[in-house]
Amino acid sequence: MSFIALILSLALAPLLLSIINRSKAVIAGRRGAPLLQPYFNLTRLLQKGVVYSDVSSGLVQLSPVVNLAVLCCCVVLVPLGPIPAILHFSGDFILLAYLMGMGRFITMLGALDTGSSFEGMGASREAFFAALAEPAFFLTMAGLARITGAQSLNDILQTINSEHWLHATPSLLLIAVAFFLVFLAENARIPIDDPTTHLELTMIHEVMILDHSGPDLAMIEYGVALKIWLLAAIFAALFVPPGTNVLWLPLFLLLMVAIGMLVAMVESSMARLRLIRVPQLLISAGVFAGLALFLEFVQ
Amino acid sequence: MLTLMSLLLFMLVLTNLTLLGSSRLAFCIRTVAVQGVVLGLVPLFGLQPFTLQHGLLSLCAIILKGGIFPWLLLRGLRVARVKREVEPFIGFNVSLSIGFFTLIGSVIFASRLPLTGNNNTLIIALAIFTMLTGLLLLVSRRKALSMVLGYLVLENGIYCLGTAVADHIPMVVEFGVLLDVWVAVFGMGIAMYQINREFDHTDVDRLTELRG
Repeated sequence: MSFIALILSLALAPLLLSIINRSKAVIAGRRGAPLLQPYFNLTRLLQKGVVYSDVSSGLVQLSPVVNLAVLCCCVVLVPLGPIPAILHFSGDFILLAYLMGMGRFITMLGALDTGSSFEGMGASREAFFAALAEPAFFLTMAGLARITGAQSLNDILQTINSEHWLHATPSLLLIAVAFFLVFLAENARIPIDDPTTHLELTMIHEVMILDHSGPDLAMIEYGVALKIWLLAAIFAALFVPPGTNVLWLPLFLLLMVAIGMLVAMVESSMARLRLIRVPQLLISAGVFAGLALFLEFVQ
Repeated sequence: MLTLMSLLLFMLVLTNLTLLGSSRLAFCIRTVAVQGVVLGLVPLFGLQPFTLQHGLLSLCAIILKGGIFPWLLLRGLRVARVKREVEPFIGFNVSLSIGFFTLIGSVIFASRLPLTGNNNTLIIALAIFTMLTGLLLLVSRRKALSMVLGYLVLENGIYCLGTAVADHIPMVVEFGVLLDVWVAVFGMGIAMYQINREFDHTDVDRLTELRG
């Protein structure tokens, strides 16, 4: 069963990205690209050749591979709604956070390795904002662990139920808001970063991958889709009924679509924040999560 | 279990943190008004049985803090033509973090206070937190209006502490405090108007030039 979930995640991840893009198009009054467009893009990129900069060492070739490998490892750790994760043990969300951290680290190294000053700037920003998003992520996880009494990501997400929501409404609401902000920051979405812009001075994630091409770029794009899928799966699992009843899977997938639409609505209704304001947003997320944890300890 | 009381206290914490992290003055004024209304409701759902005195005190506090103060301050804002707090002495991120640690500190502090009677330590902790927030706003902001807000938050904290141990403090003291605050805000509003007319700004750090 869990392996079906693995295949489902790997296959459907780009679809979530295209749901976001499609919803944004509809909100803006356009028709938008077909829902399978990300798959077309990936196949097209895979058939292309690769160009490497003369000044680069091997790191720029290594980084997309390692990044994708690391994210595939993350898929194993995250439960897909009612279907349990393949691998779970207590404290596995720490592994998840640092696997994602490792993917980010290697992407930054790859960006620095191209020798372009713009990519170095992007890497620096990515490092700074990731450092601020990480405590917020850990505090949300600690808060969830405290509320549910479970210790692995799988158990936390599968035990959380309406009883918890009734008893700890303020804490869970704070955690949901904090996690959503972390979700936007980790996936480089508006208001932290704009995934559609290509103006070097304001970009964070896109600027780091400017010099990648062909299959390398395909791997990076697929990694982006996987990451947004994984974090959306964690976020959606907060709201589905507990247990391992497979009948809840359609509801869970509908929730994932709803999260995609929520992201699209956020992106359509607000502009990217000025870079100087981004730390404030992430620190607020950290404070929200910390406050939730604090509330649980006081009660 | 979630009760109305815990929801009110939760609102109190949230308004404090919002004040520490936001720069728009009009928004801050409204937040302080919300905080005032929340605190006005606390004695009604508090620990003591409901009395006419409590009801009257709540009513006065809500009308004063939720209605008259914001009206006066928003008027002051229009007159002084300031919109936002620019470059406070302590930045918004740092003051938000300080606020969070102050919250934890005040809970630890309140749990160790040698209190007589069965007081709710959480309310006392949050009262101390509110007072410290007010103090932080007072010392770290640049605009005169922010200082008035800091003063109001400080007073909110004192009021909250008063309601937490209300059976020890006569009601007449509470009413006296409310009256004092009213006069103070009135006075500060007029002072702000005069300062603005005289110097074309209300930045308190530049007011050192007043000493001739």
